[in-house]
Amino acid sequence: MRSGYDISALLERFYAGQVAAAARLITILENGGDDAEKVLDGIFSRTDDAYRVGLTGPPGAGKSSLLYQITKRFRKKGRKIGIIAIDPTSPFSGGALLGDRIRMQSLSEDPDVFVRSLASRGSLGGISNCTDEVTDLLDAFGKDLILIETVGVGQSELEISEKAHTVVVVLVPESGDGIQAMKAGLMEIGDIFVMNKSDHKDAEMAAAEIANSLRLKDIPEGNWNPRVILTSARENTGIDELVDVIEEHRSYLEENGLIAAKRREILFSRVRNALMDRIEKRLGRSEMVREIMKNRMDDVYNGILTPYALVHELEKTVKIK
Amino acid sequence: MPRKIRVLVAKPGLDGHDRGAKVVANALKDAGMEVIYTGLHQTPEMIAESAVQEDVDVVGLSILSGAHMTMFPRVMQLLREKGAEHIIVFGGGIVPVEDVKKLEDSGVSKIFGPGTDTRDIVKYINSVFSE
Ligand SMILES: Nc1nc2c(ncn2[C@@H]2O[C@H](COP(=O)(O)OP(=O)(O)OP(=O)(O)O)[C@@H](O)[C@H]2O)c(=O)[nH]1
Ligand SMILES: [Mg+2]
Repeated sequence: MRSGYDISALLERFYAGQVAAAARLITILENGGDDAEKVLDGIFSRTDDAYRVGLTGPPGAGKSSLLYQITKRFRKKGRKIGIIAIDPTSPFSGGALLGDRIRMQSLSEDPDVFVRSLASRGSLGGISNCTDEVTDLLDAFGKDLILIETVGVGQSELEISEKAHTVVVVLVPESGDGIQAMKAGLMEIGDIFVMNKSDHKDAEMAAAEIANSLRLKDIPEGNWNPRVILTSARENTGIDELVDVIEEHRSYLEENGLIAAKRREILFSRVRNALMDRIEKRLGRSEMVREIMKNRMDDVYNGILTPYALVHELEKTVKIK
Repeated sequence: MPRKIRVLVAKPGLDGHDRGAKVVANALKDAGMEVIYTGLHQTPEMIAESAVQEDVDVVGLSILSGAHMTMFPRVMQLLREKGAEHIIVFGGGIVPVEDVKKLEDSGVSKIFGPGTDTRDIVKYINSVFSE
């Protein structure tokens, strides 16, 4: 495939507002390596003011349909919008079917909306390793609001709370989502809970269940109280309220100086994740690690050495850099 | 690790059957590609803009409605205007032989007839990017 990118030329076209250049830079970020770092170093000083909203929830809950509806509302308010829609990479083929655009078709006619589908690639969960980087890029491209869709498939979706100012958890009445959500820890990360498909029966009851379990949480005075909203993306109901509550949560963060704190938190987790990534790669490639493992695994196998004793040994010998 | 091949699969036009397009999309995914599936009733503008935003290498259009002689040239023209003339465009569906020739002469990289084995489509795309 194409390689040998002229990054400074691309950045120039990017700053001139060329969509194709932005799209190519995202590809470079996705592919990682030195080129990706060059891109990030180039744009970093221009990032930080876009507001980030994460939508997560089980497959098929209506996240993309809701994204479409809220995007239309925010466009009426004049916001420029970037959408990142992440779907899982197949662990078998390494391929991915990215189908979120189906629900957002007409958005591609609006020059102030940029939609990018990402496959989760190397990362295990519902989120791509380069989500932060792509968010930054759309931020530097002049988007005011970045909406990130991830499939809630396990524990991994909790990562979205390290990337977004406001986390919207999307659930549906059927299939006991409420209980699943509590198990998966979604109840901890949601600032807003949406019971979508409220055109189906039992939606109100399911929403009440969520509200009840939220009431059991001990939320300190003055903190944000998670909200529960009924929507139907199909019938276009409850969307105005959802948009209002997103704005309300943003105001809450702003008035309490929490935006800056969130920014710090986001950057902290990025540095940490990038570092862990490096360490992992370095250890994986290290000859010394391979040698020691090869020589000592027999001892572990034969019960002479415990797994942890071997780890200690490795820690002592291996230098990270 | 080599870069992933990204493909946009769309079903332009008014008819409401996208089975063929979905079968192809799935086959490409199973072959390790990242497939952006945009669904039914796409206009050339939507297709070209989506292809650019997604920075795909390939666009595959499934056509049944007989609008191929306007659809393909329009999509290719829009891609050029958007600075994405490097994107390879292929098609699938019922296209008369003389039109296949015309389209392939005008820059459409390949037209696959109905009943094409999806493995041949995979093979074709891989061969384009293999050098
Ligand atoms: N009845 C009803 N159907 C809905 C509603 N919202 C979405 N759907 C339908 O639910 C299906 C899934 O919608 P999506 O928006 O693709 O859901 P998603 O959560 O983005 O799905 P994934 O990205 O695949 O996890 C589609 O067939 C939608 O038309 C709703 O409010 N009511
Ligand atoms: Mg979706």
